[in-house]
Amino acid sequence: MSVVNRLQPSSFRERIEQSIAAGNVQAARALLVEHWQQEKGPAAAALINSSFETLRLKMKLLPYRLAVLRSFTVEPIVPLLRAAGFLAGFDLAVHIGDFNAYAQEILDPQSSLYRFKPDAVILAAQTRDVAPDLWERYSDLSGPERTAAMERVVGQFGDLMQALRTHSAAHLVIHGLELPVFSSQGILDSQEPDGQSASIHQLNSELRKLARLRPGVWLLDYDSLVARYGRMGWHDERKWQTVRMPIASSHLVHLADEWLRFLHPLSGKVAKALVVDLDNTLWGGIIGEDGMDGIRIGAEHPGSWYRDLQRVILDFYGRGILLAICSKNNPDDAMEVLDKHPGMILRRQHFAAMRVNWQDKAQNLREIANELNIGIDALAFLDDNPVERERIRAALPEVAVLDLPSDPSRYAAALRDCGLFERLSLSEEDKQRGIYYAAQRERTELETTCASKEDFLRSLQQEVEIAAADAKSLARVAQLTQKTNQFNVTTRRYKEQEIARMVSASNCRVVSVRVRDRYGDNGLVGVAITRDSANSREIDSFLLSCRVIGRTVETAVLSYLAEDARRRGLTRMQGWFLPTKKNAPASDFYAQHGFSSEKTEPQGTLWTLDLSNNLPLCPEWIKVTIPEGDAICQK
Amino acid sequence: MPEVVRDKVLSIAADVLSVSPALLSDRSSSKTVESWDSIRHLNLILALEDSFALQFAPEEMEQMETIGQIASLVEAKLAEAGKA
Repeated sequence: MSVVNRLQPSSFRERIEQSIAAGNVQAARALLVEHWQQEKGPAAAALINSSFETLRLKMKLLPYRLAVLRSFTVEPIVPLLRAAGFLAGFDLAVHIGDFNAYAQEILDPQSSLYRFKPDAVILAAQTRDVAPDLWERYSDLSGPERTAAMERVVGQFGDLMQALRTHSAAHLVIHGLELPVFSSQGILDSQEPDGQSASIHQLNSELRKLARLRPGVWLLDYDSLVARYGRMGWHDERKWQTVRMPIASSHLVHLADEWLRFLHPLSGKVAKALVVDLDNTLWGGIIGEDGMDGIRIGAEHPGSWYRDLQRVILDFYGRGILLAICSKNNPDDAMEVLDKHPGMILRRQHFAAMRVNWQDKAQNLREIANELNIGIDALAFLDDNPVERERIRAALPEVAVLDLPSDPSRYAAALRDCGLFERLSLSEEDKQRGIYYAAQRERTELETTCASKEDFLRSLQQEVEIAAADAKSLARVAQLTQKTNQFNVTTRRYKEQEIARMVSASNCRVVSVRVRDRYGDNGLVGVAITRDSANSREIDSFLLSCRVIGRTVETAVLSYLAEDARRRGLTRMQGWFLPTKKNAPASDFYAQHGFSSEKTEPQGTLWTLDLSNNLPLCPEWIKVTIPEGDAICQK
Repeated sequence: MPEVVRDKVLSIAADVLSVSPALLSDRSSSKTVESWDSIRHLNLILALEDSFALQFAPEEMEQMETIGQIASLVEAKLAEAGKA
């Protein structure tokens, strides 16, 4: 109970107001974060939201529009969501649908839902509302009635997904169905193959299948969320009966947090790499002082807390999140633990970059971002030492500095709780990413031994596969448009469902690029989107993952696009270069390939290539393959 | 510590209703505070439940009209639960 310990809110408010008045946004934000960690709940949310009204203009926040359609009272969750969102870097505009009117709002193209133009829609409906017969009179239903009821629910969700996709490109997050606290048949329910719980589980599995069929539709496992916090305590039947709010006040924030978990990957606000400290973070104790036998890491307590943390980090690695080490240590000591300590889960091959030295950690982080070819704002930093964390916060405010609790037993849960590492889809590229980066290290070594750039490119033995985007590659193509910042001429971001639309448009071409070389498969690393008109082909998007920048892959792809356009009788190819803070690597792309600048506007320059002249040639060291007898051209 | 509880109720109400605590008194109610609508009223009840770790019965919620009434109710419930 925090009644006595609670820092008096009035004095807390004064401290925050003082920081705001002094123009110290960072200090005010830090106070609010601290307040939220201690007092997470409706009262703290109100204070944070009113403080942010004055802070928002001075902070870099990501605007995001979220619509919540519902069958119960969700209004009290919104302030909690906005407060947690603010602290996570979102400026959320939230639209709440009318009570229990979600179906009409989705089906009617003129509804307030579509006028709101949401980036994402959450459909929060309870089992008792969408499947009242299964919830209330299960034991009364005959077999065929039960089957009919289930089919009706699945059919309704399918229709809603379809209608939303027809009217909007917004993401859709659907609450799965929850189980009742007590099933209608008591313990008999678990003995029957078609009991109430089994039926609801089956419905959820059908919903998952429906969602998987449609790009941009995702399932929120509501039943697991309820179970995580305890079904009995989660429900507040009195509030349900009186104000139609079924969730206990202390758990509202947990639903807000779960929604926020989805907003991170949906909006692209995620960490691409996790940089970890070693001593007292990956293991207990200090290797330089305690030695191999003295540090605490392994299956036995207290080393098991650190092993739990390592397990979480290994899970992240499996999601395609790059791992790096930044530690003040002797490299030999650290490597001995990574290579030889029997208690370790994480090993040397899991790490894409390492800085084990005595230099400033801010400098190390800059170097790691550079080496991994990602922005400094794509790094998350995990360190047990509050001084190092403060140092990074001050020197590199773009880095997500994670707050580790002081007690190692809470490390693993704290890291799992962080939305920056959530992902909603995992391509083959994601799963293999750690391996790609290990191969990249070898390529870098080769480059340093080659006499000339051409020798290096020739010795790489690159094979570029150019294919039309299809159902299998859709997710990865969309992901590349979302994440690629450097070699990207227009930096247009597309959702999966938007890519799908372009793939089926007759004048559009969405081309995916896969690169293999002597060190292995780089995966799907490039996208080009073009649109043809009467005599001209416009390049809407052209991007390459940083993994293959500087290897002339872009020339091979451009040469293909130009030849293909000429084959179709087009006379010119055009493309905009729209400069951003990060896409300088692509700024000379058109000029280097024979394009001339047509016009320059404030947002960028339009480049044109006359297709009757010499076209850019595919470099002799690249072998281009076009699978399935040039499926792209058959369209 | 009844004063501590009353002060805390007042400050939670000020946060939830987005008004300065100095503008609230025991007699403040939805009739005197402009921002105090039905949604904020629900938010206030939830904030009190969450902060004091208690739950209000439906009939108690009907009696929660002024800050004074609300504070007395919270005090009574805390005393009943042995928390204050």
